[in-house]
Amino acid sequence: MALDKATVARIAALARIKVPETEVDTLAGELSKILTWVEQLNEIDVAGVEPMTAVTLARSPLREDHVADGGIVDKILANAPETANGFFVVPKVVE
Amino acid sequence: MTLTALTIGQARDGLRRKEFTARELADAYVRAMEAVRPLNVYLMETPDRALAAARQSDARLQKGEGLPLDGIPVAVKDLFCTEGVETTAASKILAGFVPPYESTVTANLWRSGALMLGKVNLDEFAMGSATISGARGPTENPWRRRGDNRPLVPGGSSGGSAAAVAARAALAATGTDTGGSIRQPASFCGIVGLKPTYGRCSRWGIVAFASSLDQAGPMTRDVRDAAIMLQAMAGHDPKDATSAPLPVPNFEAAVGRSVKGLRVGIPKEYRLDGMPTEIEMLWRRGIEWVKEAGATTVDISLKMTKYALATYYIIAPAEASSNLARYDGVRFGLRVPGESLEAMYENTRGHGFGAEVRRRVLIGTYVLSAGYYDAYYLKAQKVRTLIARDFDEAFKRCDAILTPTAPSPAFAIGEKMDDPIAMYLNDVFTVPVNLAGLPAISVPAGLSGDGLPLGLQVIGKAFDEETMLRVAAVLEDAAGFDAVPAFVAGSA
Amino acid sequence: MSALIQGRTGEWEVVIGLEVHAQVISQAKLFSAAATAFGAAPNTQVSFVDAAFPGMLPVLNRFCVEQAVKTGLGINGRINLHSVFDRKNYFYPDLPAGYQISQFSQPIVSQGRLWLDLADGTTREVGITRLHLEQDAGKSLHDQHPTKTYVDLNRAGVALMEIVSEPDLRSAEEAGAYLRKLRSILRYLGTCDANMEEGNLRCDCNVSVRRPGGPLGTRCEIKNVNSVRFVMQAIEYEARRQVEVIEEGGTVVQETRLFDSGKGVTRSMRTKEESHDYRYFPDPDLLPLSLDAAWVESLKAGLPELPDAKKTRFMRDYKLSAYDAGLLVGERENADFFEAVAKGRDPKLASSWVTVELFGALNKAGKTIAESPVSPAALGELIDLIADGTLSGRLAKDVFAEMLASGKGARAIVAEKGLKQVTDTGAIGAAIDAVLAGEPDKIAEYRAGKEKLLAFFVGQVMKATQGKANPALVNQLLKKKLAG
Repeated sequence: MALDKATVARIAALARIKVPETEVDTLAGELSKILTWVEQLNEIDVAGVEPMTAVTLARSPLREDHVADGGIVDKILANAPETANGFFVVPKVVE
Repeated sequence: MTLTALTIGQARDGLRRKEFTARELADAYVRAMEAVRPLNVYLMETPDRALAAARQSDARLQKGEGLPLDGIPVAVKDLFCTEGVETTAASKILAGFVPPYESTVTANLWRSGALMLGKVNLDEFAMGSATISGARGPTENPWRRRGDNRPLVPGGSSGGSAAAVAARAALAATGTDTGGSIRQPASFCGIVGLKPTYGRCSRWGIVAFASSLDQAGPMTRDVRDAAIMLQAMAGHDPKDATSAPLPVPNFEAAVGRSVKGLRVGIPKEYRLDGMPTEIEMLWRRGIEWVKEAGATTVDISLKMTKYALATYYIIAPAEASSNLARYDGVRFGLRVPGESLEAMYENTRGHGFGAEVRRRVLIGTYVLSAGYYDAYYLKAQKVRTLIARDFDEAFKRCDAILTPTAPSPAFAIGEKMDDPIAMYLNDVFTVPVNLAGLPAISVPAGLSGDGLPLGLQVIGKAFDEETMLRVAAVLEDAAGFDAVPAFVAGSA
Repeated sequence: MSALIQGRTGEWEVVIGLEVHAQVISQAKLFSAAATAFGAAPNTQVSFVDAAFPGMLPVLNRFCVEQAVKTGLGINGRINLHSVFDRKNYFYPDLPAGYQISQFSQPIVSQGRLWLDLADGTTREVGITRLHLEQDAGKSLHDQHPTKTYVDLNRAGVALMEIVSEPDLRSAEEAGAYLRKLRSILRYLGTCDANMEEGNLRCDCNVSVRRPGGPLGTRCEIKNVNSVRFVMQAIEYEARRQVEVIEEGGTVVQETRLFDSGKGVTRSMRTKEESHDYRYFPDPDLLPLSLDAAWVESLKAGLPELPDAKKTRFMRDYKLSAYDAGLLVGERENADFFEAVAKGRDPKLASSWVTVELFGALNKAGKTIAESPVSPAALGELIDLIADGTLSGRLAKDVFAEMLASGKGARAIVAEKGLKQVTDTGAIGAAIDAVLAGEPDKIAEYRAGKEKLLAFFVGQVMKATQGKANPALVNQLLKKKLAG
């Protein structure tokens, strides 16, 4: 599958990664090559095959409903680039 | 006696026989850690912590209350969150991140008495097979080609771990393996690397790359050491829903047990066109070795082998694209400012992620996106079922599988750079194992024509690391691999 | 019966689907052990898992699953023994992982049903497409600073049940009835407080219009409307807006809108042009959820009697009207109160005293039934005094007022104030004679035809007897005496 620049731009926006204009062409080429390569799976007939959603065959473990975490606001905020009055701070979201 | 030449097994005995103290052993490794700096192995050295822990080990050993890994100096791949010690995943986006928690696997090691020398280099976010993509640059393989001074890659993504152990700048190291990232660097560096069954070791506190594939494992001098380390690292963790609720067997007891009567499968699809002769020959020697030890070999077919890489390079990037969405400049790590929230996200991630990570996140985003999910991701998950089925069928006729670990020895830093896919092909023998969730180990088995290490891989049934270790130990004995790399830390 | 809209060019039918997010009552969050309690200081109820730190992993809370199953049973849904958690991927500051753990293709409950109680006394069945479990997001505060948004993750990771109705609703009234019934069921089950004003029940409305019998029109989603009244207003407004757009030759744009409760209008949300590609895929950190059929059965057996069943039983056993039964079963506490009062007593009397007198007084005082100054036993005692003739209905009301104010029992008040009604015809006769003796002119007027003076005479007799005379007997005897 060959990706054009517009598609690369759309995917980069979805992934919130800024790609400098000078790199878009090369990146589109690399991604196209990789996607074309993985498309060899098209050769395989998977009729009736279930997707492997979990590697183990175990059942989901369940946790008891007790409060045993939280109350660690200092640790939660310790690595944050910007905080104020116990909140994380980010540039304002336009809604 | 050079303390750093001892294995864990030997050091353990020496400590108990009081031939040396934990402090002396730690000192030797701290000096080795300094000496290995030219190879860019350690991202963070923690000698004070190591020496303090050594003191505690000595106190226990004195009283005859030594823990299984007391006094053993370990290097930790900088993908494991270590409390109070910067953890970066070799990425600019996590520069300065100091975890307020310890990963379960490393906590298990410290609880067993092991001490941390420092954090070692890797490919950024564990994505790579050369340890060249990290934010602080490549790690050099302590091995060099005969008569050639060019620095070589140690393999990846756990290249720092492998180089540390090979250069005797750590007695053991932790690695992670998602598509071969423990086994392939072990092969490139002439050491043992073990990836346990998916779920054997907890993933809690390990920076996630691809959740259904990642597994932590030991990288060591020999097979016994790998068993000893795995014993301490493994175990059910209720904080990890994918962690297997199974008891940990006595792995070390498996080392040295006879393989008489075992059937070892030889998959014909692993014989690739254009495979280097020396690797083909090494594989044949491996087959002879297991036969001489009393096992029989069986030809098996793993039909879907050639599709495993493509399957992996859809599933792993897809999961990674979602796992790496949390690196957004809000709560930890790098923030590059922007006039708006969206600009801040895009600048932070654009600047913080390296080229390989960016490629994989974008591939992953694409294969999950509307209109493409069925054709790529869903399809890959179905092929994955077929790959796992191949192994299920094969294991009805054999107890372990023997293959080469890598399709080549270590290559030079700078080679294979113009084509991402050339790099991906390094994992052709290792990737199917992760897709099926099985355990596998690489054992150094011989040297290439250039004098570089070559490994053989043993694949076991799910949760049957014991049989895998039995076969691995036999190969190790027969191979008698005693070559030493060009660079050994602290050697005069 | 749908309420068609009269447009300029003809009739229009409104098609409504409601998506409700109900916060699950539990101690800890859906995938982490941090607390869910409301009102804590920012980021004090946040674990490393909730904050999506590197290497953190989710583990499912058993009780949240139980709450979802109970709710699914309460809406007559099919409990899927096998369900899967999926990641819904998007970027927002109060979604720390960059994805929400939800359920997409295999939810825990499918195909439920709800019966709406409409104002005209009829009921109508509507379908529920699905119920699934998902994480709530944190809170973004945009008004704390001119150029920055503040983020509190306390709510991030709290369990939500998303309940999606079929687009079966046909009017604002039906939407209101749906929400009220759903709220009632959730509160009966104890799985959600279902208080829209407090934000633990949120509603998104999907509204479209079409010609009766015609194909479905383009729908708009009105997000986060926070009261039943506003839901109804928003739907009314939006339906008419869409009709106008179409009748003026335009097309309805599929978009997300907000309801401006001050102005009573819906407004388009100014979001970016991007499509919401959530890239759903099964969460690889979690295993599929596999429920024991026996466990689900045991939950079913342990469910309390739900409002519809209780209403049917009240109508059958207590012979109450649908209307009265409906008033009583809306809240379980009210129904329980009524049954305690009605035990061994005339249910009609119990019903009218509870629904009219008690509810009236509680509403006026702004109290809930739990805060009632009059207990079921006390109200029962009052009713007994009516039944045995000690009190007339009128006197009972006075006693009731005193009970509310003082907290004393009926018998005590009657004894204290000597409020026993007078039924002795002799005494009443004497009182009547005394009154009539002083009103010869009025008697003459009455006998001449001014019949409404009877009320005047009754009033005078009641006054003379301090309200204690039995009004029916006063009437009866007065008429006799006035007749001559």
